Amino acid sequence: MTSASSLARAGQQRAKRTAIRVASVGVLMFGFAFALVPLYDMVCNAIGLNGKTNTDAYSYDSARTSVDKTRLIRVEFLTINNDYMPWKFYADKSSVRVHPGELKTATFHVHNPTDRVMVGQAVPNVAPSQTARYFHKTECFCFEQQRLAPGESLEMPLRFLVDTELPAGIRTISLSYTLFDASDYASPEASGLENQVGLGQTVPTQEVIGRGQ
Amino acid sequence: MAEATASTHIEHSGPDAGITRWLYTTNHKDIGTLYLWFSFLMFLFGGVLALVVRAELFQPGLQFIEPQLFNQMTTMHGLIMVFGAIMPAFVGFANWLIPMMVGAPDMALPRMNNLSFWILPFAFAMLASTFLMPGGAPDFGWTFYAPLSTTYAPDSVTFFILAIHLMGASSIMGSINIIATILNMRTPGMKLMDMPLFVWSWLITAYLLIAVMPVLAGVVTMMLFDIHFGTSFFNAAGGGDPVLFQHVFWFFGHPEVYIMILPAFGIVSHVIPAFSRKPLFGYSSMVYAMAAIAIMSMVVWAHHMFTVGMPTVAQLIFMYLTMLIAVPTGVKVFNWISTMWRGSITYETPMMFAIAFIILFTLGGFTGIMLAIAPADYQYHDTYFVVAHFHYVLVAGALFGIFSGIYYWFPKWSGKMYNEGLAKLHFWLSFIGFNLTFFVQHFSGLAGMPRRIPDYALQFADFNMISSIGAYLFGFSQLLFLFILVSAIRSGKPATQEVWDNAEGLEWTVPTPAPYHTFETPPEFKSRRAH
Repeated sequence: MTSASSLARAGQQRAKRTAIRVASVGVLMFGFAFALVPLYDMVCNAIGLNGKTNTDAYSYDSARTSVDKTRLIRVEFLTINNDYMPWKFYADKSSVRVHPGELKTATFHVHNPTDRVMVGQAVPNVAPSQTARYFHKTECFCFEQQRLAPGESLEMPLRFLVDTELPAGIRTISLSYTLFDASDYASPEASGLENQVGLGQTVPTQEVIGRGQ
Repeated sequence: MAEATASTHIEHSGPDAGITRWLYTTNHKDIGTLYLWFSFLMFLFGGVLALVVRAELFQPGLQFIEPQLFNQMTTMHGLIMVFGAIMPAFVGFANWLIPMMVGAPDMALPRMNNLSFWILPFAFAMLASTFLMPGGAPDFGWTFYAPLSTTYAPDSVTFFILAIHLMGASSIMGSINIIATILNMRTPGMKLMDMPLFVWSWLITAYLLIAVMPVLAGVVTMMLFDIHFGTSFFNAAGGGDPVLFQHVFWFFGHPEVYIMILPAFGIVSHVIPAFSRKPLFGYSSMVYAMAAIAIMSMVVWAHHMFTVGMPTVAQLIFMYLTMLIAVPTGVKVFNWISTMWRGSITYETPMMFAIAFIILFTLGGFTGIMLAIAPADYQYHDTYFVVAHFHYVLVAGALFGIFSGIYYWFPKWSGKMYNEGLAKLHFWLSFIGFNLTFFVQHFSGLAGMPRRIPDYALQFADFNMISSIGAYLFGFSQLLFLFILVSAIRSGKPATQEVWDNAEGLEWTVPTPAPYHTFETPPEFKSRRAH
């Protein structure tokens, strides 16, 4: 009996060690759930999952980029308002034709018809999704939020190029923007003039944003 | 250490009297009983919600409930059945059986065992209380996809999140306890590959739970932050991505479905050999198959989301990996059939449920392979075909496994024999009711009837009427099950010492009914396998 109970006691000691070890795996997995967030973004950027395009400006070097005059790619622009987003949102042209490697500018417009200051955020998506990694934006209004005063309008440029490595079979790329009401998610950059000027990427648009304050 | 010393002094003492026996108990049998009755209560509650759904779907048009309430019914039915009925039932089996099967006096951490059970009633009281709140209960489906569960959720979603946290904590504690028991408390001489298959199935399940329940806790925490603290994990306006929710959820969700089936595999692997009067065919391949299923279940989650817009390569990878799971599952099915081959089979109720389990679970497995085909899934996605598929694996799979196990071990646990005739009736009513309910849903799903809707096009009327009739038959026959158990406990004939002819395992060596304390001295164990 004594040997049996001491055996059981030794077993319980070992059991506690096992329990602590297993519990720490659980804590690690809780952390892993949060690690999935940046991991997911990395995978999306790497393989263009979900048609996500670059969220920071692509550095363009005209000397190193050759233009492939043999191909002409149609790039379509779609503008969608999410939910109850009341802004007017449209592109100047519904599509343009570009040679791979050629830097092109397209112009989009937003107008805030409401009587309150609102912040908008356009989220891009490229279809077919495997072309996302070949679609580079050197300048995009989607890199930042837009703040519009009541009744204010804004002209927003998009400068992009299609990579010369674009797979041969693809002749059309659809770029869609969904405009979200981001008033509840306004970042400091969208809320203050001093921060806006510091960015210095899209100077003409920022003046307009600044006046909106 | 104090409790271990104390229990050696008061050994052979019975349980306390009254309610405190159940509140303060650290006895694995008491806690197992609590888990099983709790899960049965939740099973009836979730069943009532399902019957409300089927009443509304009996005919096209809106008759009984508004779409908003209908959505609450489907959501709560799923949540309660998954987290309240199936999972606690298996933990109840684990509590009753694992110490008895490995020759241990109790679970390794008895006080944590008490805590992990008593969290559950609070969790489900919190979840059920959302029905009484303004805005109603969660109505975003049991998969609670963002932004339905964040931006558009009723206010009660916060209670849902906290309830999920509690259930998760309970499951994780239960799993820690099970792993600690299995790894440290086995009777001398019992090697890992000597363990009964139910023990193996739970060891693997517990590791799966440890791996994925924290991820579920993580995803509901992200929701909580999105709703209340202005983050945007899943909100595109703030730079998040709703598709991320689906990835994180299904990283938990797919292993979860194996968590709900592996212990049933374990139960059936005991019942089939006992009533075939033959040892289980291919013991080690059964163990490896379960391990393979568990590992592969962690890398197939995106087959739930073929239609969200994934690159073709990703679809192909997830499609092939998913189909690959059919191989170890097939190994198990063939092993069960080989065990029955040329056996002296008798058809007592546990065996009936086990055979029905093999047939119907395999059917559910086949529809699973159909759903795994990415191009075909575009047709099946979010239709009643999916509903039929997962009810074949979760009702005819997990639940029939539970029924089989209850009928098999109940006489040893309680010392009373159930009424075999009534139990057979319960089996046949369940079997017919189940197939009436869900077999026709394959057809309505293939014809395009979407799931989670309170109304439907007229061409689905006949299928739905059959389905509703079957559901009521199935639902009310569970009251017969309750009657069988209660009448057996109150006035059943005493069960014999061996109960069944050829039942193998340490749990059958204890007296009938199983005494309050068993194996206070480790039992003799002789390995039947040549090492």
